Amino acid sequence: MIELILNGLPVKAEEGWTVLETANFYGLEIPTLCHHEGLTEFGGCRLCLVEIGEPPKSNLVTSCTYPAEAGLVVRTDTNRVWAARRMMIELMLSVAPGSKVLQDLASKFGVTKVRFTPRNEECILCGLCVRICAEQMDAKAIGFQQRGHKRKISTPFDMRSEECRLCGACMYVCPVCQLRCQGPNAETALCNGCLTMDPTCLEHYDDLQCWMYDAGRCGTCVREKKS
Amino acid sequence: MDTDKTRIQSLIDKHQGLKKNLVAILLDIQESFNYLPPESLRQVAKALGMPLIDVLGVATFYRAFSLRPRGKHMCLVCLGTACHVRGAQKILEEIERKLDVPAGENTKDGQFTLETAACLGCCAIGPVVVVDGAYQGHATIRKVAPILDKYRKPKASGKRPKAAAKTATRKGGRAARKK
Repeated sequence: MIELILNGLPVKAEEGWTVLETANFYGLEIPTLCHHEGLTEFGGCRLCLVEIGEPPKSNLVTSCTYPAEAGLVVRTDTNRVWAARRMMIELMLSVAPGSKVLQDLASKFGVTKVRFTPRNEECILCGLCVRICAEQMDAKAIGFQQRGHKRKISTPFDMRSEECRLCGACMYVCPVCQLRCQGPNAETALCNGCLTMDPTCLEHYDDLQCWMYDAGRCGTCVREKKS
Repeated sequence: MDTDKTRIQSLIDKHQGLKKNLVAILLDIQESFNYLPPESLRQVAKALGMPLIDVLGVATFYRAFSLRPRGKHMCLVCLGTACHVRGAQKILEEIERKLDVPAGENTKDGQFTLETAACLGCCAIGPVVVVDGAYQGHATIRKVAPILDKYRKPKASGKRPKAAAKTATRKGGRAARKK
């Protein structure tokens, strides 16, 4: 057993665990988009950043790739960590504003503006689809191509791959394939519909229009009334 | 087609058909064909026993490789910071005008491929234009035309000896060689 300090508390981790696994074991929620159980770690989304070490010399590291070490001091929710996460969410939202997962994260972390031009590429290059295709489906039909700002995930020559069995695992793990709910402000890059916990229906109706509560905060009813 | 296949196979065999030599094999194919034909990538992937997408990942990652046929001469303009502040953008525009082709494309006659680079590491002699591996330092807009002509002229006059002036230079060239 490895003993380390997590948010000021002494905790124990098993040999070979990462900081993320340790935190999850103790019930601490660390947001991540590129981590998936059963796949190799990638460290690409930078959302699982945690602060290690004592403040003057502390470092931000990705908890999904950082192994638990004896005597490690980890803090999962500091100002610095949240600022970095907010920045990452903002950057990723500008690339894929249509993603429900990203919009929910933005609301959760209080990201209220996107200062970058929306690119609507709908891919944050987390590499989950590439890894599930290669490691779990043993197909290796898709992969990264090009580099820098041209980097993209595609099949060879952008054609239907012979290796692809259309299993759909890539879409299953994709964090941005799930489209965001089409609420009243669907035109902007940022939805923030879940930022306030008041149901949107009550601004337009006297009664709550659906009894799905959390799921019903989609604003569909309002949109239908407007049109 | 078959000859192409045997040619590629010999290049793969030259590197013992080892995965670690993938870049070397692709470099040889690039040099031999002046680009990486899609079929060659399939063949390499099969011979090395690795997924095609991984071969393509390498082939699209490095600027040394091209999936489209390249022109006879490679014209590379450095747009790095040092070259940029000395007007590399204007030199690139001039070359684009002279060759009548946007950056990253081949000229219509297949003579030139125009590419840009982020930095070539020889900032002291910037702005730099590289044609067929020959570094032309301290490039200016005025120097662009002579540099390009040096590579263009023999081909152009050899193909269509229309203009009298061109044939004259050709004759002059022959005479000089005889001497």
